[in-house]
Amino acid sequence: MRARATLALGLVLAAAAFPAGAPAAPPRASLPDIEDEVMCTICGTLLELSDSPQARREKAFIRERIRSGETKDQIKDDLVSEYGDEVLALPGTSGFDLTAYLVPGIGILLGIGGIGFGVLGWRRNRKKELVSAPEVKRPTGAEAERLDADLARYDL
Amino acid sequence: MASLAIIGLLGYGLIKKGDGGVGIGSAAPNATLSKLGIDEPVSLDDYRGRWVLLNVWASWCGPCRTESPALQSFAQENRSKLAVIGVDTRDLSEDALNFVDEYGLTYAQWHDGDGSYAQDLGATGYPESFLVDPAGKLVAHYPGPFQDEAGIAGFAKPALGTAG
Repeated sequence: MRARATLALGLVLAAAAFPAGAPAAPPRASLPDIEDEVMCTICGTLLELSDSPQARREKAFIRERIRSGETKDQIKDDLVSEYGDEVLALPGTSGFDLTAYLVPGIGILLGIGGIGFGVLGWRRNRKKELVSAPEVKRPTGAEAERLDADLARYDL
Repeated sequence: MASLAIIGLLGYGLIKKGDGGVGIGSAAPNATLSKLGIDEPVSLDDYRGRWVLLNVWASWCGPCRTESPALQSFAQENRSKLAVIGVDTRDLSEDALNFVDEYGLTYAQWHDGDGSYAQDLGATGYPESFLVDPAGKLVAHYPGPFQDEAGIAGFAKPALGTAG
C-alpha cells in the first residue's frame, strides 16, 4: 500500500515536472556549430578557419550571445544584421542566391534527360539495324557437299 | 542551351559582384545605410547641396586609429564648409561605437555591414576617403590614411575653397 502511494506520488511529481504538451527547448547554441556556417567577411573564409583579429572579435560576439541564451538562429540573425547576408556561408534561398541550389539540380536533370534520349536513340537505331540486316545466304547443295568434304579432311 | 544559361548566370554573378566603384566624375553611389548603432536609414541624398567627405573605416583597422584624431579635428574646424561622414565597414557596431567613444568622434557615422557601399564607392582598403560635391558627384579619392590635418585639407581643397 505504502509502495503504491510512493509510486503514485512519484508519477504525479514527474507529470508536473514534464508536462505532456510542453514544447522541446531548442538545443543550446555552440560556437563550433555556428562558426562553420558563417564567414569571416573580411578574410573571405569560414569563421572556423580564420584567426585574424576581426575573426576573433566575431567569435567573441557569438560567445557573448551564447552566454546570454540566444539560439543558433537568433545569433545568425544578429550576425546578418551586423554584416549583411554575406556573413552566411550558405547562399540564401531567395533571389539570385537561389540559383546556387537550382543550377546543379537543373544540370543533373538535363544530364539524366540527355542520357535517356541517347539510350532511346541508340535502341531505335539498333532495332533499325536488325530489321534492315541482310539475309544470311545459305550454301547451295554442291557448296554444302564441298564444305562437308573439306571439313572431313581435317581431324577436328 | 544549358551551357549558355550557365555561362549567362556566371556572367551575371561576376557583374553583380563587381570589382570597382563608380569612378571619379560619376555620381556617388546613393545606397540607403543605417546610422551607426541606430536603426535609422540615411543616404547621401540627405546631404545634397553640401560637400561631403566620406571616410571608409573599421575599428579593427590600425591605420584608421592613426588618422582619427586629425579627421575629428578637421571635421570640427570645417563643419560649415563640408560634412565628414565615417562609413564603418565590415565591422561590429559595438566595436565601432567603442572606437567612436575612444576617439571622441562627433561627425556622422554610418554602418556599412557587408561592405557593399564601400565597394560601390571603389574602396580597395581601409581607410580610404572620398570627396563628393554638392551635386552628388564623386570628385576625389584618397586611398590610405591621412597623415595629418594638412593632408586632409589638401584633399578637401575644392570644398574648402567654396563658401559653405
